[in-house]
Amino acid sequence: MKKIYTRPKSLKRTPFHYCPGCGHSITHKIMTELIDEMNLQDKTIGIPPPGCSVFAYNYFDIDMAESAHGRGAAVATGLKRAYPEAIVFTYQGDGDLAAIGTAETIHASNRGENITAIFINNAVYGMTGGQMAPTTLLSQKTTTTPYGRDDKIEGYPIKMSEILALVKGSAYIERVAVNSPANIIKAKKAIRKAFQVQIDCLGFSMVEILSPCPTNWKMSPVESWKWIDEVMVKEFPLGVIKDITGKKDAG
Amino acid sequence: MKGYIEIDQVLCKGCEICTFFCPKGMINSSDKLNPSGYRVAVFNDNSECTGCAICAVVCPEVAIEVYRG
Amino acid sequence: MAKVLMNGNSAIGEAAIRAGCQCYFGYPITPQNELTEYMATHLSRKKGCTFIQAESEISAINMVYGASLAGVRAMTSSSSPGISLKQEGISYLAACELPAVIVNMTRGGPGLGSISAAQSDYFQATRGGGHGDYRTIVLAPSSVQELADLTYKAFDLSDKYRVPLVILGDGMLGQMIEPVEFSYEAPKEPIIRNNALRGAKGRTSRIVKTFTSNPATVEEINWSLFRRYQLIKQEEVVWDTFMVEDAQLIVVAFGIAARIAKGAIKSARIEGMKVGMLRPITLWPFPAEKVREVANRTNYFLVFEMNMGQMIEDVQLALEGAGEVSFYGRTGGVIPTPNEVLRVISRLYYQKGLK
Ligand SMILES: Cc1ncc(C[n+]2csc(CCOP(=O)(O)OP(=O)(O)O)c2C)c(N)n1
Ligand code: SF4
Ligand code: SF4
Ligand code: SF4
Repeated sequence: MKKIYTRPKSLKRTPFHYCPGCGHSITHKIMTELIDEMNLQDKTIGIPPPGCSVFAYNYFDIDMAESAHGRGAAVATGLKRAYPEAIVFTYQGDGDLAAIGTAETIHASNRGENITAIFINNAVYGMTGGQMAPTTLLSQKTTTTPYGRDDKIEGYPIKMSEILALVKGSAYIERVAVNSPANIIKAKKAIRKAFQVQIDCLGFSMVEILSPCPTNWKMSPVESWKWIDEVMVKEFPLGVIKDITGKKDAG
Repeated sequence: MKGYIEIDQVLCKGCEICTFFCPKGMINSSDKLNPSGYRVAVFNDNSECTGCAICAVVCPEVAIEVYRG
Repeated sequence: MAKVLMNGNSAIGEAAIRAGCQCYFGYPITPQNELTEYMATHLSRKKGCTFIQAESEISAINMVYGASLAGVRAMTSSSSPGISLKQEGISYLAACELPAVIVNMTRGGPGLGSISAAQSDYFQATRGGGHGDYRTIVLAPSSVQELADLTYKAFDLSDKYRVPLVILGDGMLGQMIEPVEFSYEAPKEPIIRNNALRGAKGRTSRIVKTFTSNPATVEEINWSLFRRYQLIKQEEVVWDTFMVEDAQLIVVAFGIAARIAKGAIKSARIEGMKVGMLRPITLWPFPAEKVREVANRTNYFLVFEMNMGQMIEDVQLALEGAGEVSFYGRTGGVIPTPNEVLRVISRLYYQKGLK
């Protein structure tokens, strides 16, 4: 019999430090599959700022550099401008991209920087222990919203994809989820397209990924995967939010 | 037998995602602990596996290899 | 090349381009805008070069970090409040051993302060400035010509030791117009450092990072930086002296304050007072040994700064109690005149009974 599914070449052998069922692991897997399929291993450079994925460089077998919390888009801008031949992506959590790094992200997008943001929306601050994120849902309990997020005090879950779609320099924005076989395949397609947009020099691309965090949601992995469908997508609907290419993706 | 899978006992974290999604109910959780202390998933080889690779697509740990013939 | 008249900020820009700087990222703030504007006009049009007016100083320094990762010469400039914002980025640059040139045309602080010249960021510049145990090389020019010359040196030193480097000027130096000659010939080929992140082609992949879960590893990083800093201290201290040979009183001043002090010293000499000056050009590493050497000839020091007394601590540390150190300073952006400094010198000279 033929082996039809195996570990991607650009994924190091190191076991993930992520919790069981974590969406970071799935995302790393599909990204490294794509890097192999698109033959990008020797020209891709990844920027993972602090967040649970700060150690992403232990897994991606490509050039990678840490950045300060929230500054990924600025670091990627400098890197890409200095070396335009590279394929540059940031890999940012919701705290990173949608709170501390909002300015960097919006302006990199507005300048149409030819970079790709992989935006992990897990509705919490994972690394620091489950505090409220800007994307935390209303009435969702976190360690800093112990009574549930209250819009009168904490405001509303912020929709970065919709905000960035309004910015002229963005070329491609899609929201996906990594919580079912079909969704994972769609997520992979979206990231492929985002990389292609960068290869074609069309401007800023971002894929927002609704990503399970069973640990801080205090759920089993399977429950957390279901919760995305049952609850999270109601606030964060899936689909292409902006696409200037006009092309339907060929897969 | 159309397909079979191999589960890497070291990488598996016993999340049961594969168990939940396998359309044929081919994967069970077990009492076996791996070196990291996770209860690993086991392939319940009763020849109904189609090699569809759904389990591998959803496995966060990239612990599953799929064979089809 | 013949001399041209130029303001200090633009001279830094021209020198940086000649030194092979390929990327400039900045954010407007007075009194350094001429530099940002010079780069917008001249660097942005050069092949393979980039100018970005960033959305903040935080972004600008992180763009520098990104460009430095790619192995090219990159710089940013700002003035005091903006330099405060850059400190996080400078700490990361230091930790990741990435070269970068950061220009601070200091203005009066704290807070928004004033837009006039000051030297009150001495501590911030020479003590690392951001979090963690690190230093940056700090160069203190005192003329437009020196701004240009030290800018070439800045890129070379920063690359050589893989440390971020601060050019500590001030609003007056940045805006004064003087003749300047650009002696440095721009390299024909772009400078690309080894170990850059440019894709893992034909080699194993590279990681640039500071964070580890093992404190012992971070301690080792600190030791490795510390050893490099020791080497810099041994090799790279630069200073200038003026009429110190027979001096009874030594003025210690840097940057624009040294310019003002020089005028005062010349007048003091005409009045028969034996006064000289020691001007540190590298503020870190500080020329401590030179201070001690001068102290073999006289016991009397006057530290003159445009702040409330910051470099004076380095002078006192260098002397280890050996000399008598007085201080005179103006701050907040107030620019003292040579006559004012002359009065201080005269008073001190006679109080101490010097002849
Ligand atoms: C300047 C700064 N502030 C705070 C932190 C602490 N910190 C590390 S990661 C993080 C947020 C993590 O949340 P998120 O970006 O959503 O990523 P996740 O861990 O959920 O994947 C914070 C606040 C930091 N590293 N730097
Ligand atoms: S805390 Fe959440 S996001 Fe972080 S590794 Fe665990 S499951 Fe993943
Ligand atoms: S390949 Fe398909 S049928 Fe076989 S175990 Fe995996 S999911 Fe089940
Ligand atoms: S999905 Fe992977 S990690 Fe989870 S139980 Fe199955 S084999 Fe183990």
